[in-house]
Amino acid sequence: MIKAILIFNNHGKPRLSKFYEHYNEDTEQQIIRETFHLVSKRDENVCNFLEGGMLIGGSDYKLIYRHYATLYFVFCVDSSESELGILDLIQVFVETLDKCFENVCELDLIFHVDKVHNILAEMVMGGMVLETNMNEIITQVDAQNKMEKSEVMCFVTFINQCPCLDICSMQGHCFAFHTASASR
Amino acid sequence: MALKIVKGSIDRMFDKNLQDLVRGIRNHKEDEAKYISTCIDEIKQELKQDNIAVKANAVCKLTYLQMLGYDVSWAAFNIVEVMSSSKFTYKRIGYLAASQCFHESTDVIMLTTNQIRKDLSSPNQYDTGVALTGLSCFVTPDLARDLANDIMTLMSHTKPYIRKKAVLIMYKVFLKYPESLRPAFPRLKEKLEDPDPGVQSAAVNVICELARRNPKNYLSLAPLFFKLMTSSTNNWVLIKIIKLFGALTPLEPRLGKKLIEPLTNLIHRKIHIFSSHKMLCSQSHLIVSLSRIAVLISLSSGMPNHSASIQVMKYLGLLAMSKILKTHPKSVQSHKDLILQCLDDKDESIRLRALDLLYGMVSKKNLMEIVKKLMLHVDKAEGTTYRDELLTKIIDICSQSNYQYITNFEWYISILVELTRLEGTRHGHLIASQMLDVAIRVRAIRVFAVAQMATLLDNAHLLTGNMQRMGICEVLYAAAWICGEFSEHLENPMQTLEAMLRPKVATLPGHIQAVYVQNAAKLFATVLKNQEGNTDSTAAQETSQLMIDRLPLFVQSANLEVQERASCILQLVKYIQKLQQKDVEVAEEVCALFAGELNPVAPKAQKKVPVPEGLDLDAWINEPPSESESEDEQPKAIFAKEEPKHSRPRHTEVDEKELARRREARKQEQANNPFYIKASPSSQKAYQEAPGVEHIPVVQIDLSVPLKVPGLPMSDQYVKLEEERRQKERADKKKKEKKKRKEKRSGRGRKHDSGPESEEDITPAHMVDIVTEEMPEVHRSCLNITMNLKGNARTNMISAKVYDIQGNLQDGSQVVVSVIFENKCDSFLKSMEFNVLDSLNSKLQRPEGSGPHDGLTVPFQLPPGVSNEARFVFTVQSIVMPQKLKGTLTFIVKNEDSSTHEKLDFKLHFTCTSYLITTPCYSDAFAKLLESGDLKCSSVRLEGVIMPFHHLLARICFHHHFSVVERIDSCASMYSRSIQGHHVCLLVKTSGQTVSIDAKCDEPTLLGNVLDEIKQTFSQC
Repeated sequence: MIKAILIFNNHGKPRLSKFYEHYNEDTEQQIIRETFHLVSKRDENVCNFLEGGMLIGGSDYKLIYRHYATLYFVFCVDSSESELGILDLIQVFVETLDKCFENVCELDLIFHVDKVHNILAEMVMGGMVLETNMNEIITQVDAQNKMEKSEVMCFVTFINQCPCLDICSMQGHCFAFHTASASR
Repeated sequence: MALKIVKGSIDRMFDKNLQDLVRGIRNHKEDEAKYISTCIDEIKQELKQDNIAVKANAVCKLTYLQMLGYDVSWAAFNIVEVMSSSKFTYKRIGYLAASQCFHESTDVIMLTTNQIRKDLSSPNQYDTGVALTGLSCFVTPDLARDLANDIMTLMSHTKPYIRKKAVLIMYKVFLKYPESLRPAFPRLKEKLEDPDPGVQSAAVNVICELARRNPKNYLSLAPLFFKLMTSSTNNWVLIKIIKLFGALTPLEPRLGKKLIEPLTNLIHRKIHIFSSHKMLCSQSHLIVSLSRIAVLISLSSGMPNHSASIQVMKYLGLLAMSKILKTHPKSVQSHKDLILQCLDDKDESIRLRALDLLYGMVSKKNLMEIVKKLMLHVDKAEGTTYRDELLTKIIDICSQSNYQYITNFEWYISILVELTRLEGTRHGHLIASQMLDVAIRVRAIRVFAVAQMATLLDNAHLLTGNMQRMGICEVLYAAAWICGEFSEHLENPMQTLEAMLRPKVATLPGHIQAVYVQNAAKLFATVLKNQEGNTDSTAAQETSQLMIDRLPLFVQSANLEVQERASCILQLVKYIQKLQQKDVEVAEEVCALFAGELNPVAPKAQKKVPVPEGLDLDAWINEPPSESESEDEQPKAIFAKEEPKHSRPRHTEVDEKELARRREARKQEQANNPFYIKASPSSQKAYQEAPGVEHIPVVQIDLSVPLKVPGLPMSDQYVKLEEERRQKERADKKKKEKKKRKEKRSGRGRKHDSGPESEEDITPAHMVDIVTEEMPEVHRSCLNITMNLKGNARTNMISAKVYDIQGNLQDGSQVVVSVIFENKCDSFLKSMEFNVLDSLNSKLQRPEGSGPHDGLTVPFQLPPGVSNEARFVFTVQSIVMPQKLKGTLTFIVKNEDSSTHEKLDFKLHFTCTSYLITTPCYSDAFAKLLESGDLKCSSVRLEGVIMPFHHLLARICFHHHFSVVERIDSCASMYSRSIQGHHVCLLVKTSGQTVSIDAKCDEPTLLGNVLDEIKQTFSQC
């Protein structure tokens, strides 16, 4: 089982946090800080594993991380996960992000954390690995985005059709809009 | 009015979205908190709007703020609102927010049940997917119970995307609601052979997680997994399967042998998988993998530039070795040098792994050498975590199995003393408990230990110097106690007494002060005894005065324990002083206060206490719960690790004679053993006379230089001494051997290897009183997954249990019966044939071409103690009546020399319930169904049902395949459908202990039978 997935930058600023076990917000922040502290003081050319901090379950859990440019991707897992498997998964995750955002950089993650969550949801579900095939992940993410776009499109065309300047004419339209959105 | 709302919502269209919020936060670096609080106010305004788009936008922003550590639980209700939006875009935002901040104690979760159910059955696969993903993060026991059926239905959805998510989430459901495991398991098993690789991988994943908790139940799946392992190409699935086999092989050793070949193939094919195959089944296999691992590590340590990937391999190699170590310590020991080399690695993770391995590396021969190396590391190590780890490891490897590897305890004590010099360690108490343990259990060491402890006490100011060292001051606890308790060995008790009564002591933690005070009293007694021997009585009076002067400091302590002891002892000393002034000899009486010896007590000493007469430990104190109750409880234990305890084997059965004989033998052995000190009255002498120890200086420390804590050279010196001692011993042994050889020549001699020095040849310089007794066996858990015991046939040979009868949804006339066969005898069972006497109504489906009376061959053989499952398909014409079918199972029992034909008769009971299939139904459809009027009505009353209503419902759901449509207070409507499409509706009401069930169905006979069965279920409890 995966207990938590954290992404933070070189200064420890969280870019994504996903806990598959409940902690309150303060503990979550502490865990992120502690993990950053543990991970950031390690050299570049050492192995990608280290024992978990006290907060996240002590030595029964392992932190498996990768460092890409300005970002750390850290997975906290228990003994039922294979170390190399998770390293591979991080790679798949990053490659998927790269495909979805077209040359992903930290800014993409900063401004579109919800999209990152959606991509992650196609890979890991409730702490268990759902899909490791990148093409499959991208297909599903694209299909969902397309659906979202089609929903937004009909909304936007509706707004364009009703010039907001004319308040009198708007009344009827917007009533129609409300009923339309309710029935949809 | 409407206009206002519209205007407002159009304005809101131009509100801040998530990107604006992030940008805003980045622009307000200085007053981030203030900016965010204004944002939260805005969000609160937005949430009050009626427009769902605005709300969703607000919730999206809240999700971001939650990540930054802001509590957003106040918006839980709004999140539910957004979740229930009909648009996918908003729904997804809502579920994401819910998965980030909902948890079991969020109270609005119970509002979501129906929404989630609706989403699960949505025609849009992504609505369902999003709901499943969200649910996986916040599923509660209630949700799991209510939605288990819906999710189970999704497991056979047409879209693989939904199937894999449904399979995966079942694990979470099992965790929260274990009762669902049984009904869901057959379907889960089916999914192992799903055509879609994603679904397959999900099913493997779930079963692996389940098997980790209780491997025994999944042994029967081994053949299936074996097939998967040899056929699958998905690395992820392979890794999981190998992990699963790792859990299974300890239970089924033969599995190991079978696995060798495919595993070695795999290892050769994909080297990176080896890290996860951690079961080591046999020697040959082991050597293959071990040599590979060793090659890997040596290869990686030989490389000058440590690239990260090589470090990864090194780490994994060490990890794998630690698994091997548990089963085959010898083969790992040969790589000792390699592992010691890894201790010097610059990567802390690798060093820690290597440390773990050291535990199994030590022997009597190399313990000192290894510990010396570790001590060097302790000095070099920066960072307290690693140093603390080193410290615990040193103590671990030294103290393992009752100090088995320690040959010289003086060396060990000095190591412990050296460790106290560590700065800022947290493990002071660990060192302290080791000191106490060794001093109490190893009599011969006490003189030395006391001298060392006295030095420690003298230098206490070094340990308490700064606050950082507070952890280490625990050691003083042990030092004070040892000095007090064994004060007769003290060189200069007076000096130690003064050290213990220094004003500085008052800065120590309370519990340590308490020990100081108590032991100062013990020391005082010893000092008095020594001084009263002299003619001069003033010295004794001075000592009393010292006590009276110093003790008031402790009387004022804030710690109650210290206060109490100090005032008690103060009064005592005052009284003694009075007596001394009258020239009364008091030393004897004062010593009597602390007379007697404190002995170590074995952890299992309780066993020695005789059972009082008339006490029957096996009798029930309270009436046992009824049988059916316990059966009901069983599912809860599916994850339990412990089997219901077997009554412990009696130890009293050894008769007196045997005991006497053993005692005699033990005494004999002790008498012959020069190192055994306990029984001898003059232990001190025995110690000094022991061969091989006489040249160990008893006290080597120069006490006139009190500031010097005995340091590293001390323990080094022991290594040399030990070497000498062993040489001498070897010489002694050779002499003895010569003698023996002479004896041999003269007559019968014993076999004896006089090869190079072996483990056993190194005799320890000190003996430890070993106070443990043999541990009772740990019983592995064993729980059957047998269920719905409808037909149960049993002889002493084989048991066949029908655990599931399930209608086939696709074909309204088919019923699948799963039977578990278990071999209970010691012989091999083969050629099993299953045959049923067909009735007009139901027929066993036989392969084409076979006659109506031919049996079906069971497709496996059963080695002793193994169980396996087979499925048989029956064709049923009418399903309105329960039926019983008679059948026989024939099989051949094969012994080593003979084989016999055996037969087992059984009855299969098809209840009407087994024709029902859990089908979800919505209240509107349900109402329509009831209104339609083509249903016949019937009702039944159950009396004396004592269980909570939701248990009652759960029971009906699970035993009789119903689903709850709606529940209001103590009234619920339930629905199920038969395989031939009959609707069955129930209205269950409860008042007090009476439950009334009104039922409607389009087939009255079926209904009557189902009700009878429900009644029967509840009459059993």
